[in-house]
Amino acid sequence: MSESTSQPSLEVVRGATAPGVLLRGRWNVQGLSAGTGGAPARRRIAALKAQLLLQGKAFDTTWNLTHASAMDHVGALMLWQAWGGREPKNLVLDPQHRLLFENFRHMQAIPADPVRFDPFGALVAIGNEARRFIDHLSGFARLLGQVMLDLGRFAARPQAGPWREISANLYRSGAQALGITALVGFLIGIVLSYLSAKQLKQFGADVFIVDLLGVAIIRELGPVLAAILVAGRSGSAMTASLGVMRVTEELDALTVMGIPQGFRLIMPKVVALAIALPLLILWTDVVSLLGGMVAAKIQLDLSMSYFFNALPNAVKIANLWIGLGKGIVFGALIALVSCHFGLRIEPNTESLGRGTTSAVVASITVVILADAVFAIAFSNVGI
Amino acid sequence: MAIPQPPNDEYVIQIEGLWTKFGEFVVHRGVDLKVRTGEILALVGGSGSGKTTLLRQMLGLETPHQGSVSIFGQRLDSSDRAALQALRNRWGVLFQQGALYSALPVFDNIALPLRELKCFDEGLIRQIVLLKLQMVGIEPRHAYKMPADLSGGMVKRIALARALALEPELVFLDEPTAGLDPDRSDSFVALIRELHRELRLTVVMVTHDLDTLFELTTCVAVLADQKVIAVGPVREVIAIPHPFIKTFFLGDRAQRAIEVIRDYPFVV
Repeated sequence: MSESTSQPSLEVVRGATAPGVLLRGRWNVQGLSAGTGGAPARRRIAALKAQLLLQGKAFDTTWNLTHASAMDHVGALMLWQAWGGREPKNLVLDPQHRLLFENFRHMQAIPADPVRFDPFGALVAIGNEARRFIDHLSGFARLLGQVMLDLGRFAARPQAGPWREISANLYRSGAQALGITALVGFLIGIVLSYLSAKQLKQFGADVFIVDLLGVAIIRELGPVLAAILVAGRSGSAMTASLGVMRVTEELDALTVMGIPQGFRLIMPKVVALAIALPLLILWTDVVSLLGGMVAAKIQLDLSMSYFFNALPNAVKIANLWIGLGKGIVFGALIALVSCHFGLRIEPNTESLGRGTTSAVVASITVVILADAVFAIAFSNVGI
Repeated sequence: MAIPQPPNDEYVIQIEGLWTKFGEFVVHRGVDLKVRTGEILALVGGSGSGKTTLLRQMLGLETPHQGSVSIFGQRLDSSDRAALQALRNRWGVLFQQGALYSALPVFDNIALPLRELKCFDEGLIRQIVLLKLQMVGIEPRHAYKMPADLSGGMVKRIALARALALEPELVFLDEPTAGLDPDRSDSFVALIRELHRELRLTVVMVTHDLDTLFELTTCVAVLADQKVIAVGPVREVIAIPHPFIKTFFLGDRAQRAIEVIRDYPFVV
């Protein structure tokens, strides 16, 4: 075994007329890398390479490869490079190694990496980005139109609608999100109440904590909080599931079976999220107010019964309707944006990751944009 | 039904008393299998007989419930990380779907195992990748394409080039010709045979394709009844009276494929 585990080396011998080089050890990947590679192997290979190059310069050197215990393409390539891409005049080698060098003769050059300097690169990049953005917008418009048509079809014949899909989506993005929205809502309620209580106490306006928490949570925080959680949770899942269906050709399978993707995959998601999100918002509102109540009790010693009694007077019912209306719009938007990105995923893993990230970022951005529109449109209502 | 073998022969793969269980479901019930250096072994068996699972056991992707798997005399359940890594550098695997890294272009896919060794310089790696592409018959101009832009046959060839990147002594092929048209499949078989001769590889493959089986293999292992029921050259295995072997090798399809042997007796 000592011969076959020995490191590759070369030995320079003085011949009768010209110097000779004797190769010893294992000139293969295993021998060169010592099994697992790493820095010591790299140094050894660099040293070998330098020695080889030195010997390769002399044209009449005799190269004796018969003492090498093993040789493969990698070892042979190192020699080939040292010889400058041709066989030396005096070469002694075993017949089974001749085949290795045969392959090198026909080797074509690899074309240069197709990356070159482009003076208008930046301009082209901006243009491409703009085109991509327009492409996204038009794709989104098409998707929106398709969903509208599908909704019309659903309304015309509800008994033939994708009820199972809607129900499954309701469960996945609604019922299963109850835990996380409750936890986050409760904590935000506590934080908000705690911080406001400190400020309000300075002015002796303790009792206005009910107004503050009520309006803030029901009108603004509840909807946005729930929407952001749902975008991260269900939006990404929708994008990924559509993306994987694209990768595994399931979308194509649906098409060839004559099952419309929009009606069976997209529309149920949009409908389900438009139903689930308002309900989740209601739930988040309740739990957040509960958290706020608990903190107010501890911080301001405001009794819970007072909180309950004061709430209807402090917050007009219009705020609740605005909050729930936001939920319907946010839910539909999150589902649409997520499906839009899901359908654009190309069949490779990187695109899947990028698409999912973009979907979450875009749907949260769209939710906040829509929230701003709501804030302006309803600025005179309920406050 | 193992063929008597000379005692001093070196085995590349040794599987002893292997049990595989998924929950309560037993896939392998005491499988024994030995593969000698330089052999081309085909694992055959009906659907669900655990061929791919056995292959995954040999690769260390599944853990045996009982028994052991040794490759190059190294047990796969050993805790010697360096030895296992060295072992993994001595084998190459061609997965059924190719399993090319879809985020990397062809060139980087093949260069990856070489770069992981962290001891070859980029110039040499470039030459090696080029050589491997040439060996599997892919033109250098495809080197910067992404796997998603390649046809199924090209993906298989490039996956084979990647499997061969570290000049392995042992190559595992999972359904090497599945999904290829007959012409491509024939040339793939020819390619593997040529590489086997040139690089003196040991090959273990899972296949359903009788043509591949008859043309390529020196040895067949038949999986049935949760065991390896026969190991040996195709001609000897065919003679064994077992219902699975009868239907697998002596059905109409098989008879047509056997013509191949008669026309081109393969050289072992």
